[in-house]
Amino acid sequence: MFNKHARRNTLSLMLALVGMNAYAVEEDKDFDAGGKLLLTGGVSQLEGSAGGGLTPWAVIGGYGTADEIGANAFYTRVNTGSYHLDDAGVMVGFYNRVELSFAQQRFNTEQVGGLLGLGDGFTFKQNVIGLKVRVAGDLVVDSDSLMPQISVGLQHKKNNQAGVLAFIGAKDDSGTDFYLTATKLFLADGLLLNGTVRFTKANQIGILGFGGDKNDSYKPQLELSAAYLLSPQWAVGAEYRMKPNNLGIAKEDDWFDVFVAYAPNKHVSFTVAYADLGNVVIKDNQRGVYASVQVGF
Amino acid sequence: MKKLIQYASLVSLLLLAFQSPVSYAQVATGQQDEIPAEEDIQADDVDAADTEEPATPNTASASANPAPAYPELLPVYRQFGEEAGLVKLMDVFMEKLLLDPRMRPFFENADQAKVKKHLVEQFCVILGGPCQYSGRDMKSSHAMLGIDRANFNALVEDLQWAMNKQGIPFRAQNKLLAKLAPMHREIETK
Repeated sequence: MFNKHARRNTLSLMLALVGMNAYAVEEDKDFDAGGKLLLTGGVSQLEGSAGGGLTPWAVIGGYGTADEIGANAFYTRVNTGSYHLDDAGVMVGFYNRVELSFAQQRFNTEQVGGLLGLGDGFTFKQNVIGLKVRVAGDLVVDSDSLMPQISVGLQHKKNNQAGVLAFIGAKDDSGTDFYLTATKLFLADGLLLNGTVRFTKANQIGILGFGGDKNDSYKPQLELSAAYLLSPQWAVGAEYRMKPNNLGIAKEDDWFDVFVAYAPNKHVSFTVAYADLGNVVIKDNQRGVYASVQVGF
Repeated sequence: MKKLIQYASLVSLLLLAFQSPVSYAQVATGQQDEIPAEEDIQADDVDAADTEEPATPNTASASANPAPAYPELLPVYRQFGEEAGLVKLMDVFMEKLLLDPRMRPFFENADQAKVKKHLVEQFCVILGGPCQYSGRDMKSSHAMLGIDRANFNALVEDLQWAMNKQGIPFRAQNKLLAKLAPMHREIETK
C-alpha cells in the first residue's frame, strides 16, 4: 500500500527515535532553554498549533515562560494507506500568553488522484495561520485545584485547489476555525486531559475545502485528548477529533489516534501515533502511522 | 510495513491499558488531591496503618501553610527513604542548585545547611512524616528574592534531577510536586 518514499520516511523517523533514546542518557540538563517543564508545551498538531497530534491544547508552544519567547518548528508525516500527508510549520510563543503559528499541509492523493481523473499523486496544498491566546489558568502550578489552563484560538486556512474544491461541492477554498480549549494536568497522577470545542466549516480539516452541499454553516466539534506521563521524557495518550460532514459525495468520519511522545530534552521531541481517519473521499478505513518531529529554540 | 503498524498500535494500546485505568478512576472520583494510600500502585509496603481512611487535608491552607501535612502520603514518604533519604536528597539537590547558573545566585550566599535542614523538615511534614518544620513561611522567606516563573520552574527541574538521581519513582516525585507547586503563589514576586 505504501510507496517506497513513504516507507523510508517513516522508518527513518522511527530510527531517529531509537537513536535519540541513547543520546538522552548521556545528555545532562541544559540550562539555556526556556523555563517551562519538559513536555508541558505539548507537540505540534496537524494545523501547526501546540497540542496533541490531532487537536490544539490550551498550552502556548515553546518553552518560554512569562518573560520569554520560545519557538518551534515541526515536520509531520501521515501515511494512511491510500494517501499521505506531509505537514511542516513553525510556531512562536510569546510570554506564555500568545502563540502564532504557520503550517503547510500537502495532501497527496497517490493513485486515488488517478482514479478520480486528477492524475496520480495529485496534491492539495493548504496553508494555515494560527493564533492562540491563553486566557486563564496555568497548566503546571495550579495543581491544588481543578482549574485548567484555558485558551482561545483561530486557524485561518487557504487551500490551493479552488477549482477541484468547487467541482466536488465545497463552497469555499478558504475558511477560519475558531476554538476554545481547556487543558488540565493532574500532576500527582501524571495525567493530562484536554477538551477543545472547535467551530468549523472545514471538510477534512480544509483539505477538501469549506462548507458543502449538505451544510454550509459553522458546526461545533468536540476534540478530546488524554496523555499519561510515564517519565519526564515519555508520554502516551489517545485523541479523538469530531468532524463535520458537509459534502454529499465524500462521507467524512471522526478521527482517532493513540500516540507515544518522547522529549529527550527541550530542543527536540518525537511523536509516533497510530491514526484511524475513517473514510477519506472514496477510500474507507484510512489507518496508518503518524510520525512527527519537533525542534525547539 | 503492515506488520510494523500493527506492532506500533499494539504497543501503544498496551501502554495505555497498563498505565491509564488507575489515573482515570482517580479523576473520575475527583480524588486527585486525596488519593487513598492503597490506590498508590507504587506503594510497595503498604501496611495496616496506611489502609485507614486518611485525614482530609485542608487544601485551601496548602498555599498559606508552608508545611501542610498529608498523612495519606506516608507511603510516598517511605519511597523517599524517610528522613535519611530526604537528607541525602537535599545534599544532591543543593549541589545541583549551586552548579546551575540559573539557581546559583539564589543559593551561593545563603546558609546552605540551614536551607537543606528546612527543606528536609518541610518535605518530611508534607509527606506525612514525623517531623516539625522550623522555618519561616514561604512568603516572607522569599519576599526579597525577586523570583519569577522561570526561576520557580528551574528549581523544580533541579529537584526532579535530584529525585531521579536518588532513584525516587516518577509517580512518587509527582505526588510531592503536586503539593509544592501551588506554593508558587507565595514564592513568586514577579
